[in-house]
Amino acid sequence: MDGRRSAGAGAVIGVAVMAAVDEIVFHQILGWHHFYDRSTPSVALLSDGLLHAAELLALVGGFFWYADLRRRRVLAPRAAWGGFLLGAGAFQLFDGIIDHKVLRLHQIRYGVHLLPYDVVWNVAGGVLLLAGAVLTWRARSARNR
Amino acid sequence: MSLLALPDRAADADPLALAVVALLAGGYLFALSRDRRCWPRRRTGAWLAGCALLAVALGPPALLPAGPAGHMAQHLLIGMFAPLALVLGAPVTLLLRVAPPPVRRAVAGLLRARPLHVLAHPATAVLLSTGGLWLVLATPLYAAAESHRLLHHGLHLHYLLAGYLVAWSVAGPDPAPRRPGLPVRLGALLIASAGHSVLAKYLYAHADTLPPGLAERDADGLRAAARLMYYGGDLAELLLAIALFGAWYGRRWSRAKRGPHAPTGGQVGRYSTSGRPGVP
Repeated sequence: MDGRRSAGAGAVIGVAVMAAVDEIVFHQILGWHHFYDRSTPSVALLSDGLLHAAELLALVGGFFWYADLRRRRVLAPRAAWGGFLLGAGAFQLFDGIIDHKVLRLHQIRYGVHLLPYDVVWNVAGGVLLLAGAVLTWRARSARNR
Repeated sequence: MSLLALPDRAADADPLALAVVALLAGGYLFALSRDRRCWPRRRTGAWLAGCALLAVALGPPALLPAGPAGHMAQHLLIGMFAPLALVLGAPVTLLLRVAPPPVRRAVAGLLRARPLHVLAHPATAVLLSTGGLWLVLATPLYAAAESHRLLHHGLHLHYLLAGYLVAWSVAGPDPAPRRPGLPVRLGALLIASAGHSVLAKYLYAHADTLPPGLAERDADGLRAAARLMYYGGDLAELLLAIALFGAWYGRRWSRAKRGPHAPTGGQVGRYSTSGRPGVP
């Protein structure tokens, strides 16, 4: 069993899946923020492009990494799940705090009172992160026993 | 505004370009018929699919939607999807298997040539393809290509070759001398797709002024084209990433089967033959 690599592969997939969920659910299905915000400055456009391209690479790379660990029979499923939740939570919090609040790239939704959206977004991220930490920690102590 | 919308060129299916495509497909099948060993079918399938995509792009315009979006679809096929499929056909590997020794030596010599190493570096490839795209679409070059036939064909050839170079240098199964490692290739792919998506959004945002110098401007059509460019670029990046990581996955498996002390895979002489045919 390779707990560290399993957690790593899970984390890469988690970050990418959360970024994809953000794009698909909020950009495309709900349309709360958009393909292109008229107010978006060019630096934000560039960083958004890089983030999106990186997300796609992480998704594909993470799955191949996961498949390789599985094929070599060294995958530790619990550590991988822990890593997945850690990655997803970390991305959610990063997006919620750095992208939305510090850099102000875009907001979750326009024309509404933002505070409840921000609170739900970041608390959800925190819960995911915490669940991931607990799961990873338990996976590790189970291995060491 | 689009070339395809002009009545005098609407029926123009470009017989010369189609003949070249037929030659590409025929040449590959001819080489295949001379190969005594078992050539992977998916390579043949990839090459023929690439030729088919080119034929759709260069054939009767009726196959593509009208207006700027159709023009964009044509460019996506020529510059991204057809080259990737052609690269996955591993034509150089096939050539090296069936050609007589003098031809093989010439190809090997070419692969050792320093200028080719510079040209085949992922950074050069990305600069030529994505950088070239910026140059075409953000300057009057695009408008000029609408009225000059030769320039128009030249641009198509550039899209095809630059796209081929990117796919080969990043994810190609053919021998690539001094190909850099995974991180550099991933970085190149990242920059290429980010540059592509930013350009698409930029064109979307400035559809009433970009590309500059058009005789007639259909801003809504241009916005639809930009959106198609954005999502088409995403799909191409996804496919390239699958090709790249898929080759890595296959390489790790063959290395694991040879045992941990076997020489590292992917190095035969000075060629890195990552993701060789026959490896899943």
